[in-house]
Amino acid sequence: MWAFLHKFSSPKYFYFLSGRLIPWFAWSCLAVMLVGLYYGLFEAPPDYQQGESYRIMFVHVPAAWMSMFIYMVMAVAGGIGLIWHIKLAEIMAASSAPIGASFTFLALVTGALWGKPMWGTWWVWDARLTAELILLFLYLGVIALNSAIEDKRTAARASGVLALVGVVNIPIIHYSVEWWNTLHQGASVTKLDAPSIHISMLIPLLLMAVAFKLYYATVVLMRARCEVLDRERNSSWVQDLISAK
Amino acid sequence: MTSDFSTFKLLLKRDLTLAYRHRSELANPLLFFIIVISLFPLGISSESKDLQVIAPGVIWVAALLAAMLSLDSLFRSDFEDGSLEQMALTAHFLPLLVLAKVLAHWLITGLPLIVLAPFLGLLLFLPDSAMLTLVATLALGTPILSLVGAIGVALTVGLRRGGVLLSLLVLPLYIPVLIFAAGAVNEAARGFPVLGQLYFLGALLMLSLTLAPFATAAAVRISLS
Repeated sequence: MWAFLHKFSSPKYFYFLSGRLIPWFAWSCLAVMLVGLYYGLFEAPPDYQQGESYRIMFVHVPAAWMSMFIYMVMAVAGGIGLIWHIKLAEIMAASSAPIGASFTFLALVTGALWGKPMWGTWWVWDARLTAELILLFLYLGVIALNSAIEDKRTAARASGVLALVGVVNIPIIHYSVEWWNTLHQGASVTKLDAPSIHISMLIPLLLMAVAFKLYYATVVLMRARCEVLDRERNSSWVQDLISAK
Repeated sequence: MTSDFSTFKLLLKRDLTLAYRHRSELANPLLFFIIVISLFPLGISSESKDLQVIAPGVIWVAALLAAMLSLDSLFRSDFEDGSLEQMALTAHFLPLLVLAKVLAHWLITGLPLIVLAPFLGLLLFLPDSAMLTLVATLALGTPILSLVGAIGVALTVGLRRGGVLLSLLVLPLYIPVLIFAAGAVNEAARGFPVLGQLYFLGALLMLSLTLAPFATAAAVRISLS
């Protein structure tokens, strides 16, 4: 088991394994996303209050989920990198940050586009919007710190500490802004006993969530592969790879 | 070898003595605090009813910025002359040493803010009923700013131009303090009870007091490597 983990986390093995995994993730992402979009945009009935404009939810909600999920992944990977000094975990954390920031930005933009017809304004200082905006700031802080430090390993460890501090702060920020001001509609999927969302809307939503996860897997592996090549450029297997081409 | 606690006291005394010998530098964040606050009446209006409304937020945002500007001195000179590295190399518990430095930093930058704040409250026509709450929130809140800020400083101390980056790292983490503290002062000005918010600030202080020194110590070691 440990030998397997050790092998898996070696950059060389990761490079070749991820090369084989990426097409699988990419194609299944495309398939699930097309099905999800079809059901979301054509099959799901219009909302009785919000009409057709609620359909942006099929992008907005998964993007918001991803924004939090990726932060957690980044912090856990950063923590693993800090404790066990596993290079691959550092690389994953560093490659996740820009993707997470993009998802956060996407959630904010789609929220604004939806808010204009629904609330009559592009932006309100509502708790969840504010928390999402602060999450974007936290991502940008991690990215900025990562790029400010020259040495890649020091940069990874420093941003690992920052991501962990951010994780402790996210619930505090979340509840403090919630308490400060809220206008947002309550969570409608996580109420386990009876979701207040109809099944015909829930299925495309979950399909889109899966598609976004697969998209993240594809892109993070692509980014991590580049990062691995960059960091290992002096090792023999990368030299072999270059001379083979 | 001295015990951890006497080292704590020695380090505290050393930092306070060093600060006392550079008194003029200490005044700068305070002057900044006063000038920023006096800009608001000029920029918004001199009407007491307008200023009253924004007073809690303005004082707290100014305190946040002043605390952030003063952070850089926390580790900078010790990092540059190598004494920070010596501290990390001693057998003493680094989080405790960090805590001594943060405490010294708070005594020389946070405490004066608390003393000054009521006068600035007067300038912005903050009601008398909110004055005590303002002082209480600052007394509970400014140590959090120093503790959390120390993590950011420790991460950026090795960088040549860490200043702007520091604000990007630290300001989002200050938001809960701002919300609870300014919220409490606002409520007090309207005559509502504020004990709940003060308890929250106390809880945040305890949390940062227990966790932040460890994160700061880890960050110091990374910056030194």
